[in-house]
Amino acid sequence: MKAIVTVIGKDRVGIIAKVSSVLAERGVNIMDISQTILQDYFAMIMLVDLTGMTLSFSDLSQKLMEQGKTIGVQIKIQREEVFKAMHQI
Amino acid sequence: MIDSTEIIETIRMIESENLDIRTITMGISLRDCPDPEGKAARKKIYDKITHHAEKLVRIGDDIALEFGIPIVNKRISVTPIAIVAEASHEENFVSFAQTLDEAAKAVDVNFIGGFSALVHKGYAKGDRILLASIPEALAATERVCSSVNVATTKTGINMDAVRQMGEIIRETAQLTKDQESIGCAKLVVFANAVEDNPFMAGAFHGLGEPECSINVGISGPGVILSALKKLKGASFDEVAETVKRTAFKITRLGQLVANEVSRRLGVPFGIVDLSLAPTPAVGDSVAKIIEEMGLESCGAPGTTAAVALLNDAVKKGGVMASSHVGGLSGAFIPVSEDQGMVDAVQRGSLSLEKLEAMTSVCSVGLDMIAVPGDTPPETISAIIADEAAIGVVNNKTTAVRIIPVIGKKVGDVVEFGGLLGKAPIMPVSRFSSVPFIQRGGRIPAPIHSLRN
Repeated sequence: MKAIVTVIGKDRVGIIAKVSSVLAERGVNIMDISQTILQDYFAMIMLVDLTGMTLSFSDLSQKLMEQGKTIGVQIKIQREEVFKAMHQI
Repeated sequence: MIDSTEIIETIRMIESENLDIRTITMGISLRDCPDPEGKAARKKIYDKITHHAEKLVRIGDDIALEFGIPIVNKRISVTPIAIVAEASHEENFVSFAQTLDEAAKAVDVNFIGGFSALVHKGYAKGDRILLASIPEALAATERVCSSVNVATTKTGINMDAVRQMGEIIRETAQLTKDQESIGCAKLVVFANAVEDNPFMAGAFHGLGEPECSINVGISGPGVILSALKKLKGASFDEVAETVKRTAFKITRLGQLVANEVSRRLGVPFGIVDLSLAPTPAVGDSVAKIIEEMGLESCGAPGTTAAVALLNDAVKKGGVMASSHVGGLSGAFIPVSEDQGMVDAVQRGSLSLEKLEAMTSVCSVGLDMIAVPGDTPPETISAIIADEAAIGVVNNKTTAVRIIPVIGKKVGDVVEFGGLLGKAPIMPVSRFSSVPFIQRGGRIPAPIHSLRN
């Protein structure tokens, strides 16, 4: 199962490291990563593979949300199909 | 990877434009539950509902989390109880409503629809008992919704039922007067009711439906509104195109969720209902979309044309995005549930009569309209008759969900709370319809119903 992790918030040092450490510790593989700056706001998008994930989807979502709070950004994880369904025919 | 601007667009729709899946509704057939002993029938009903819907809420919540899209309501619709309870020897069906209420609470759904009867051509024994039980049933239960179909294009309008519904609505209002007559918010009078509608209060599981099915109602007025905000001064061609494109995207999401719910529950997918269902949240308003097209306030001249465009473009955009489209599908124009409509009424731009005109081109009918508590039952019946006539002649579903709030007069505002919102009491014509309603009988089906 693949998912998209989005990180949105004020840019600061170490965001990528903080997010990827949460993922790496739980066996989640980062397949692709892109980032843009939208009017001062940092938006990072990761495509991740959850095949080797060592916890449930809801626990991972919770961990990411907590990590987001500590660094002052919003982190969401959603299954990739959502975006495919909406934007690809 | 998917384009990052598209990912951000989806997230923006969900986070700031109130995009959500409004409801996943499980339809459950109760056709194998009748029993001469009412108590035995009720046990079968309770067991069947709680068995089939046991995992509905949990699976709905799991999918909402994984897909990152809110699924606001999880609900159940059942076979019209008039048919299921008819075989029992009982003379009152209130206890059947209580059983539905208990089952709904046991599986934690917020509404259960199907305390219903189909009387468009006449009453069978069970229909008569059910109708008489509606006021008490709605007062004695919390989550049960009731609907009565009084007309179809094929059969015409049952004016005896129309007359009785006016009385039932008044009585329901009276019995729930301590809660702003909220019983009436759970009661819909239909013409051309559909069998697979996932939206409350009018959902029931029709006789042509399978044993169990999943119907999904999408929403998203906020998303359409924000897309139209970028089109100041553009022609209607562009407006219609933009609505279509946006509706397509929203519906694709609805179809994805529907497939996943259906797969995980092992229950066949029925339909996606492409409805623009507003909520009291700021910006999640159909009235605001109409105003965005260039009208100072909803109800101003041009409103009916705006609703017509919107209703049609939503369907055209959504239909290709879903394998099966059904239910009511179109733009809802409830008053209390849409802050923009409430504002328009309070500004004086939107009247009951204008709403009636809008219902000839919107998806359903007069919805969540609060009127003075002393409105005569015959006037309510006559409003229902007008609405039914629009549905029957135009071959569409129409409905009336009107709330005569006991003790309230024009200018007052009532709070229903939650998704039901708040409603200003609207003025009703002071001219009498009594002899008209007293005639009874049936208004024959229109000539264009004879299509065979």
